[in-house]
Amino acid sequence: MERIVLPQIENLNQIDVYLANQGFEAAKKAFTLSSDDIIDQVKKSGLRGRGGAAFLTGLKWSFMPKSNDKPKYLCINGDESEPGSFKDRQIFEFNPFQLIEGAIITCYAIGAKVAYLYIRGEYHKWIKLMQNAVDVSYERGFLGEKMKETFGTNFSCELFIHKGAGAYICGEESSLMNSIEGKRGYPRVKPPFPAQFGLWGNPTTINNVETITNIPPIIRNGWEWFSKIGAPKHPGTILFGVSGHVNRPGVYELPSGTLLIEIIDKYAGGVIGGKKIKCVIPGGSSMPPLRGDQLEGVRMDAESLKEAGSAIGTGGIMVMDEDTNLLDVLIRISHFYHHESCGQCTPCREGTGWMEKTLKRIKAGLGTSKDLDLLCDVASHIEGNTICALGDAAAWPVKFMITRFRDEFEKYVNNNVQIPVPNKVHSMRNTAIPLANLEKN
Amino acid sequence: MKFTFTEENLKKIEAIRKKYPTSLAAVMPVIYIAQEQNGYISEEVMEEIANVLSIDKVNVLSVVTFYTMYHTKPMGKYHVQVCTNVSCILRGAYEIFDSVKKKLGIDHMQVTEDGKFSLEEVECMGACGGAPMIAINEDYFENLTKEKVEEILDSLK
Repeated sequence: MERIVLPQIENLNQIDVYLANQGFEAAKKAFTLSSDDIIDQVKKSGLRGRGGAAFLTGLKWSFMPKSNDKPKYLCINGDESEPGSFKDRQIFEFNPFQLIEGAIITCYAIGAKVAYLYIRGEYHKWIKLMQNAVDVSYERGFLGEKMKETFGTNFSCELFIHKGAGAYICGEESSLMNSIEGKRGYPRVKPPFPAQFGLWGNPTTINNVETITNIPPIIRNGWEWFSKIGAPKHPGTILFGVSGHVNRPGVYELPSGTLLIEIIDKYAGGVIGGKKIKCVIPGGSSMPPLRGDQLEGVRMDAESLKEAGSAIGTGGIMVMDEDTNLLDVLIRISHFYHHESCGQCTPCREGTGWMEKTLKRIKAGLGTSKDLDLLCDVASHIEGNTICALGDAAAWPVKFMITRFRDEFEKYVNNNVQIPVPNKVHSMRNTAIPLANLEKN
Repeated sequence: MKFTFTEENLKKIEAIRKKYPTSLAAVMPVIYIAQEQNGYISEEVMEEIANVLSIDKVNVLSVVTFYTMYHTKPMGKYHVQVCTNVSCILRGAYEIFDSVKKKLGIDHMQVTEDGKFSLEEVECMGACGGAPMIAINEDYFENLTKEKVEEILDSLK
């Protein structure tokens, strides 16, 4: 199987090795084409974003205005803070020049002179590796003014790395742009979309690191070649990060549409101790979890997972064996979204907290099955009622974990608990079981 | 205590300014530089950042308090960060966290008396394939056991 994003070539992170393996040839080719041709090729290739929403990349690019009255920007999202997702760092470490080449081609296609690569702050090591690669590219004339000479064109672009500082929300595109502008990472109301009103109010395209890294091979080998790899509606390879109860956790680049079971059993070495699978989250913690008995025939592409009742997300597969306590897992997930909610929208700011507290009440042995309904109710009031998708991301795991594993959650609740007042969120402050006391348990 | 940037850092800030069309945009990297020089971000540091970038101090404050990697109090020489997100807890992160707490005698966001260690329970660090993991200052340590963590902590001078 051919690998597109992480080819098995030793020392590919050295520029000379990269050059010896067709490095920067796609960029050379791109400069002989018009920007419309490139956008057209990417559109026809069927490439879809690898950051979670699986939106058509070429279509996104075509939203950029053609006029040049304002500066245009490219943002590359390497925030990678979705729990279960650890793929972009492999690109920073093992194939940084392909990412840079992809950025150059994208800048040319959308008419951007500056690209910002946003990398999460915790990735100190990978930021250094990436900065090295950027510096070398400048030195060798693949970025900046010197690239005009290298490529024999009148186009040039700059690439800057912006280091995040530990906020999950900055992976959301409009929040990421606010963060680059030096503000709190608050998501913006859309529309206007980034293509109209992005960085500093200028037209901006924002793509995931993996998406951009796919661009050079598409330009080099043509859209037809790419469109034939993997699932027809979601072509190409995807970096699947497998974690949890498997023998060989790690990142595996496989064609889209690979069977989920095959990834777990064949590539990740199966479940530790040969245990059964209780639950799999197929695309990072925001995506709806699947039951172990739901996995048969599920393929890892956007369409197939949608049919199965989940989503591809970032391709971070979290595997939980039969002995996993799903209440503990859900408490941890809810804590995460409570902690990371930026606080702008009331349903998310308050709802994530209530979900965490209610789950902790169940953990303390003080929950009834009404609490399970309450949790689903709170989740349904967050979903769709917030500026950004963090609300949905917080609501889905709760809603789907409880509905899909209701039998298990019923075991954790105790229907003998007497709650003196009706079990509604606003009245929880007045219950005989003060929530504050639960923290100690 | 008055804070001023070193000459070298002022040069770095100058270079950073050139990457962005506004000086406000340079605030995040400049806070990092200040944190490296001073160890943490105090009121005085925020004032100096605002001065250097010609922005309002409130802009600095709002950013410092939003992002978790900026510290407004001194942290230990070794800032130990234990990930306890899903992929890590499935592989025993809570046992690791408990043993680190016990060994260092401190809890989340506390500093040992000698100022050598501080501890933080962090969200997913993007090392799920190497779970459980901890990070000490800027370095990741993956595929850990309680014994390995102990060894790592003992090796720190």
